[in-house]
Amino acid sequence: MMLKGKIALITGASKGIGFAIAELFAKEGADLILFSRNIEALKKVKKKLEEEYKVKVMVFSVDVRKKQEIENAFNTIYSEKIFFDILVNNAGIMVDATLQVVKEDIIESIYQTNVFGTINCSQFSLKSFLRRRGGSIINLSSIIGTNGNSAQTIYGSSKAAVIGFTKSLSKELAPLNIRVNALAPGFIDTDMTKGMDQKFYEKNLASIGMRRLGKPQDVAKVALFLASDLSGYVTGQIIGVDGGMII
Amino acid sequence: MNNQEKLIQSFAEALSIEPSLIKDTLMYQGIEEWDSISHMILISQLEETFDISIDTDDVIDMSSVAKAKEILTKYNIKF
Repeated sequence: MMLKGKIALITGASKGIGFAIAELFAKEGADLILFSRNIEALKKVKKKLEEEYKVKVMVFSVDVRKKQEIENAFNTIYSEKIFFDILVNNAGIMVDATLQVVKEDIIESIYQTNVFGTINCSQFSLKSFLRRRGGSIINLSSIIGTNGNSAQTIYGSSKAAVIGFTKSLSKELAPLNIRVNALAPGFIDTDMTKGMDQKFYEKNLASIGMRRLGKPQDVAKVALFLASDLSGYVTGQIIGVDGGMII
Repeated sequence: MNNQEKLIQSFAEALSIEPSLIKDTLMYQGIEEWDSISHMILISQLEETFDISIDTDDVIDMSSVAKAKEILTKYNIKF
C-alpha cells in the first residue's frame, strides 16, 4: 500500500473528485481527515471507508469560504496532537457567467472557495508539515485555469490563481521538504459538470481527444502519485488530467 | 535541562548555529542563518520542545531571542 502510515487531509471530500481521492487514499492505507460543508454526507463517507478499508477517518463540517471554520477544525486536530502528511485542497465551485452579467456575490463566493480556501487551508497545514519534517500539498486547479474559456472568466481566473499560488509556494517550501503541486482536470463527470448547459456539455465532449469524460478516479490516481513517495522529487508542477482536451 | 537550556538548544538546532551564539539580543534576520525558512523550523522546534501551539500573531512577533522568551512566558513557560 502506497500510503500506509500516512495521514491525509482532503477538503470537499463528500462527493465527486474529493470523495474519489479519499477512497483511493484509504484503499492505499492512509488515515483521513475530511472536510465538507455537508457533514451528513461526510459521516456516510466515514462509515463506508472505515468499514471497507479499516482506516481511521475524522470528519469536520467546514465551509472553506469561512476562515473561522477552518481555524476551528485545525485547532481541534492539533489539540489532539494529530499531524498529517498530505493536504488536498479540492473544495471548489464553478459558476458560468459572462463578465458583463456576473454578480458580485458570485465572484466573491468563487474566489473565497477556490482561492482563499486553498490559501487558508495551506497556511494552517504548515504546522503539521513542519512537525512531520515534510509533506505534500496537492491543489486542484483546472484546464480552465491553464487555458481560459469563454463565460468562465471568474472561475478560470480563480483557478489560474491556484496555479500561481502553487508555483510560488513550491519554491518557498522546497527547502523544508514540503512539495506543492496542482492538478488541472479537464471535463470530469461530477455534479459540477452535470449542471452544465447541454450545448456546452456536447461542445466540451467533442473537444476531448480521448472522446470520453474523465472519471473522478482518473484524477484520484494522479493525486495518489503526487501524495506518494513516487513523486518525491516533484514539486511546483501543474499536471493536466484531461484526456487530451483542447480549449 | 531547564527551560533556558531547552530554548538555546531549540534555537541552535533550528538555525544550525553554535549554542554560544544564542544571546537575548540575537535578532530575526540579524544573521544569515535566521531567515524566514529557519524561522518556520524554529517555531516548530519550540512547539515540540515545550509542547505548545504558538499562535500566528506570535509567530510574526518573534523577532529576537528576548522576544521569544517573552512570548513563551504567555504559554506558561518560565525562565
